[in-house]
Order: sequence, then structure tokens, then C-alpha cells
Amino acid sequence: MATTYTLISSVTVGAGGAANIEFTSIPATYTDLVLKISPRLDSTNGTVYIDYNSTTSNQSWRRLFNSSGTAGSDNSTRQLMTAVESTFTANTFGSTEIYIPNYASSNYKSSSVDTVQENNSSTNLQALIANLWSDTAAITAIRIVPFSGNFVQYSTAYLYGISNA
Amino acid sequence: MPTKLIVDCSTGVTTEVELTAEEIAEREAMAAEYAVQKAQEDAAKAAAEEAKASAQAKLAALGLTADEIAAITGA
Repeated sequence: MATTYTLISSVTVGAGGAANIEFTSIPATYTDLVLKISPRLDSTNGTVYIDYNSTTSNQSWRRLFNSSGTAGSDNSTRQLMTAVESTFTANTFGSTEIYIPNYASSNYKSSSVDTVQENNSSTNLQALIANLWSDTAAITAIRIVPFSGNFVQYSTAYLYGISNA
Repeated sequence: MPTKLIVDCSTGVTTEVELTAEEIAEREAMAAEYAVQKAQEDAAKAAAEEAKASAQAKLAALGLTADEIAAITGA
């Protein structure tokens, strides 16, 4: 791992669960951001939204996926990733990495998402997602919000800063 | 009352706070949307299973054995 890879903050969900997780006051001192998330939900839907600066506006995405053995692609609004669902293999958590280049620039913010729902079953989902926030503001906050339910205990999120020098 | 975790990157401090009224409203709207979506998925799944059972019954009525039906339907 490059020496420019710096942990900014991290969080582990406690016994009560969490409706969402927010990283606030993100410093503008890095070039890129990486958010590594290992989530599990108490819902049978694994969709998790990603909002910047507490807004759901001006978002879009395109996705390549394999859902339970069927490959496909789709697109829509509101940036997203996936989490392990409540009916999936017990005590397993998802694996997701979100890479956000030039997060403090005055250009629109594209990001790539590599996301996997872990499940010891033929029912599962892997996806590569190109998210876009069509906004020129610097990203100072990131919120991850389940479409349904809560993050369960031991779900984790780690936010790293990447410097290009 | 549902709560969220806020990680203040300037201090490294994590706090657990209740959702705002706006967030609760959004959460309720998404829950309603999910209920509709789930009902549609469940209905589609039930319809598919019903159609499969009906097709297998018709094949059996034509005189096919269970093994023969499985051989041509994969079920």
C-alpha cells in the first residue's frame, strides 16, 4: 500500500445498529478518497445509497452486475452500493470499495464502486458501478443510507485519503 | 427512534444521534416503496411457481413420468 494512503476516520456499528453512517468535516487536504465498507443489513433488500454533502440531488449511475448467475447492466439515479441482506449466510458481511478521485475539485464528482454481497448460496450479487454526482462543490461529507432497514452490529466503514505526492 | 452514526473527521469522534424529521420522512417513504417492490416481486415469484406447477401437471396428464418431465424442464 502506498505511503500516501492515510486513514482519516473509521467506525464500527454498535449493538443497537445504525440507520445510516455519515462521515462529516472531511478535510480537503487529499487528492482522492477511498471508502471501504463491510456492511450487513437487517433487511431483505441490500441496496445502500451514497449521498455527498447531505443531498440526494444531481446523482446518477451506470452498473454492470452479475445477479445470482445472470449478467446485466442498468442505470438510474441516486448513487448506490450493496450490503449483505438479513437472509444471507449468518455472520457474513459485504465487501465494498468506493474510489472518489479529485473529491475537492470544482468539477463533477465521478466515483467507482466495487461491491459484493457475500452469501454462501446461488443468490448473490456482484457489481461494478460508475456513480456520478453532477455538482461542483467539494465533498465534505459522505452518508451511506440503506434503502431498507439498518446496518447491523459489526458493520464497518473506513475512510482513507490518497495524496498524489 | 432510529439513530445514525456521525463520524466527525476533524476530531475522529463518533456520535450516535437520532435521525432528523426529514431523514425519518425519507426513511418512511423508502419503506413504503420497498413494500410495493417486495409485493410485486413476491407476486411475480408466486405466479412463476404456479405456472410451473400447472405446466408439470399438464405434462403428467399427457402421460409423462416425473423423470421425463424433469428431463425436459430441468425441474
